[in-house]
Amino acid sequence: MSGTFVGMPAFPKAAHEAVHDRTLRGNLRHATHTIRGKRAKAVAELADWAELREAGKRIKDHTLRHLDRYLVQLEESVTAAGGTVHWAADADEANRIVADLVKETGESEVVKVKSMATQEIGLNEALEAEGIRAYETDLAELIVQLGKDRPSHILVPAIHRNRGEIREIFAREMSEWGRPAPDGLTDTPAELAEAARLHLREKFLRAKVGVSGANFMVAETGTLVVVESEGNGRMCLTLPETLISVVGIEKIVPTWQDLEVFLQTLPRSSTAERMNPYTSTWTGTTDEDGPRHFHLVLLDNGRTDTLADEVGRQALRCIRCSACLNVCPVYERAGGHAYGSVYPGPIGAILSPQLRGTASEIDASLPYASSLCGACYEVCPVAIDIPEVLVHLRERVVEGGPVTRAGNKVVLQPAKGHAAERAAMRAARWAFSRPGVLRTGQRLASRTRRIHPRTLPGPGRAWSGTRDLPPVPAEPFRDWWQRTQNAKGGAE
Amino acid sequence: MRVALFLTCVNDTLYPDTGRAVVKLLTRLGVEVDFPMAQTCCGQAHYNTGYRHEAEPLARHFAEVFGDYEAIVTPSGSCGAMVRELYPRMGERARAEGRGDTLAATLAPVVPKTYELTEFLVDVLGVTDVGAYYPHTVTYHPTCHGLRGLGLGERPTRLLRAVKGLELVELPGAEECCGFGGTFALKNADVSAAMGADKVRNAESTGAEVLCAADNSCLMHLGGTMTRLRTGMRPVHIAEILASTKEEPAV
Ligand code: SF4
Repeated sequence: MSGTFVGMPAFPKAAHEAVHDRTLRGNLRHATHTIRGKRAKAVAELADWAELREAGKRIKDHTLRHLDRYLVQLEESVTAAGGTVHWAADADEANRIVADLVKETGESEVVKVKSMATQEIGLNEALEAEGIRAYETDLAELIVQLGKDRPSHILVPAIHRNRGEIREIFAREMSEWGRPAPDGLTDTPAELAEAARLHLREKFLRAKVGVSGANFMVAETGTLVVVESEGNGRMCLTLPETLISVVGIEKIVPTWQDLEVFLQTLPRSSTAERMNPYTSTWTGTTDEDGPRHFHLVLLDNGRTDTLADEVGRQALRCIRCSACLNVCPVYERAGGHAYGSVYPGPIGAILSPQLRGTASEIDASLPYASSLCGACYEVCPVAIDIPEVLVHLRERVVEGGPVTRAGNKVVLQPAKGHAAERAAMRAARWAFSRPGVLRTGQRLASRTRRIHPRTLPGPGRAWSGTRDLPPVPAEPFRDWWQRTQNAKGGAE
Repeated sequence: MRVALFLTCVNDTLYPDTGRAVVKLLTRLGVEVDFPMAQTCCGQAHYNTGYRHEAEPLARHFAEVFGDYEAIVTPSGSCGAMVRELYPRMGERARAEGRGDTLAATLAPVVPKTYELTEFLVDVLGVTDVGAYYPHTVTYHPTCHGLRGLGLGERPTRLLRAVKGLELVELPGAEECCGFGGTFALKNADVSAAMGADKVRNAESTGAEVLCAADNSCLMHLGGTMTRLRTGMRPVHIAEILASTKEEPAV
């Protein structure tokens, strides 16, 4: 069975389509290469980049090691500042909490700041099921929402779309959701931005409830931080009467001083800016200023389980800058949708199989969605060794072993569908442990070389469908060595 | 100096010319080379595919075979990185699994004395001009594990620049992965092939006759792509270029 040996169909199957979609390949190539170059320049400006990266890594590791303590401290400071803290073990619980909070206000619509956590839990869909409409206000998220599409990038969710496609979507869909696009809209960036601005302004001014995530939560003061480029976030965070923030528990930093490191590394890594245009911070509620009610929903949803894994836990250091996506040659060709998660690219390949487990076909295939080229690790501003975690998760898939699921220690069985591969690996190990066996095999290959095909049937087509096989030489090196060394009278 | 050639299982079986070139080159530079016949495979494919426990006996075998040499030289960036970067990690993981320090202690001696060929030439022998002659236009692809794993940096291109007759042309997008990635080439064949084709097109755009790299696994993938795409270029391992002389030229 070719599918069995070659591997899991999920990611490869999805990627197959993207690889052959020329528009998509063009859009992605252009976008990722542009940002790649800009990031490299922005980072090279800082003489102390390596130190900042190391500091970021250490701060995150320290915080994760003492997460229990910092979470309690955060809860206390948020509460003291007039906010209310809710704890959500999983997506369902978080969605229920948010839906109930919105219903309590009597409202049936919310405006949203771009947030990965709320996408991870499928909040918009959950709210819709309760009769509440959630409006995305980030430009790219708006494009995705209007296009009934899925995000394909952490920072630029509509990266797979070009200007022409965006114009199409605006002209066709805006009227469904509110103020229609102006007549005769063209695909110039300024016009598209203006259409979005007019469409969104109406929503900002009307909304009574805002929903956000956060890039950071400062434990010492209970302050939340959102870093953005467009200013739509600032609107959502300040205009509504009620603000609900859903944030993963790993987003804590202990102090404001720690924040200083990330406010340098995040913008340079994500948008290649020295400083992002808008940094909003808020601490509970303040009389006569901003929302009257503030709720913080702290989300676990697999994070504690991930934290329990010695190798895998480094994925929780991630600050969602998306630099790893932008340099990834696999992401560039497979596109974000192939990863089957709101977290695409290298970080998605190590995060999804940890947050969700490796039971599903797609999650079991994600650790293999990499050539282990290491470009992601090189750019990651918190030094997550993504290749190391990928290999670790491959091991979990093929060998099974101890993991933590929903707080309980369990022992995973090796995944099905790897039997042929496992047998081949064992056989190779057996042969390689015996130089004589290896030599016999090599000689056999050399003797029969004239009848070797340049292409292969069955599973071998995965190689020879696009690449010729190398010719087998007349004799392996070791035979030549022995022949010539013996001739010289040298020892074996 | 007693130097062992760790040729790697791929080179031994499929690319004996590379092995002969390393022997010729090092001998010319006055190094006494031995090829321990008991050598097999470093275990990289096992390890990277998720079979770390299957890779352990191979790593132990490697340490046993090569332990007594002063230096171990390999013409493969990825196998070099396997020993230098991943053997220590295998030891750590075994320790974390409650299996004590035995594996770490067994592997430790070979780790610091394993060198990728260009590292050995530049850092240990201290040469950049190896007296080679190769009258061709060449473009160099720095393979990922050599570039980012071992940090080979400028070493390979410094060696190539010193070769008489050789014209080195820059490869656009040089630092991007070629798409080989071991079992990745099979498990994600579409993406792997697309990456390979892009790399080959970039190489072709330089007008060079030869695409050079310090790892035959990547060259196997790129060479197979080149003949399939009917480009006129050919893949050549850096050892074969550095071994080439006026008297005994390599093609
Ligand atoms: S893994 Fe690193 S590079 Fe990738 S998004 Fe997270 S912080 Fe950025």
